[in-house]
Amino acid sequence: MHIPDGFVSIPVAAVTYVASGGSLAYAVRRTNEELGDKQVPLMGVMGAFIFAAQMLNFPVAGGTSGHLIGAALATILLGPWAGMLIMASVLVVQALIFQDGGLIALGANVFNMGVVACLVSHYAFTWFKRLLGEGPQGTGISGFVAAWASVVTAAIACSLELAISGTSALAVALPAMTLVHILIGIGEGLITVAVLAFLTATRRDLLELRPG
Amino acid sequence: MKQKWWIAGLLIALAVTLISPWASAWPDGLERVAEDKGFIEKAQEAPYQLIPDYVFPGVSNEAVATILAGIVGTLVVFGLAYGLGALLKRREAT
Repeated sequence: MHIPDGFVSIPVAAVTYVASGGSLAYAVRRTNEELGDKQVPLMGVMGAFIFAAQMLNFPVAGGTSGHLIGAALATILLGPWAGMLIMASVLVVQALIFQDGGLIALGANVFNMGVVACLVSHYAFTWFKRLLGEGPQGTGISGFVAAWASVVTAAIACSLELAISGTSALAVALPAMTLVHILIGIGEGLITVAVLAFLTATRRDLLELRPG
Repeated sequence: MKQKWWIAGLLIALAVTLISPWASAWPDGLERVAEDKGFIEKAQEAPYQLIPDYVFPGVSNEAVATILAGIVGTLVVFGLAYGLGALLKRREAT
């Protein structure tokens, strides 16, 4: 869902840059209060894994692919604030070195796949976990829902930006973007649950590092 | 000994890049919508190109070029996120 330059207008780019910048500044402050020694290498590993996994496009429907965003995974393991910083690291490297996602659109991409996706993941995961209880099943279902919801809401945010920019009418972009990302979100959910299950089996302690 | 787990984690991330040449080449959700709804031509070229399309330049074998691009990116993001964490972690009495 990396927006290239040309899709968002200058005002939309400016507003999303400011919104993302403000959110990241707050994320820096919260991370500064919460992050312990043990979580530092996990931030590096999560960033590395998310970057690598984002390269693995999987086919979803006739001639369309999707790939992991990873915001839910980062948020479930490290909380939304460190998660946001991880997502920003991934997106900045993708834009600066790999020309994936535009430089002018970087604020919008960080907003959609960092800020929105991490916050939605956080609330969805916390609420469902409260509903379903602790334990591997509760974690699995909550993780799936959080991952799926993060992709769909990021896609909705993206279509709003396209519509405000005058790139595509909301009545066109919103249903099209939502529909395809409802499918891609299932992939996000499955990968997220698989990684959580792998960690439960191998390094359960890493699942308990989440601050807050 | 306990500190070594993150090396395993980084190796797993690097191993993931080894399968990247076999990822689906179909357009992603946004590209598909942009093509179908006729606004894909609004996309602008980047002002410069370093490793465009996750293919390391100057390597003739495309699978190798893709893996190489993946390894570079994985290591750069690892360093960046690790560095951010090290910089921001709360100060604890040791």
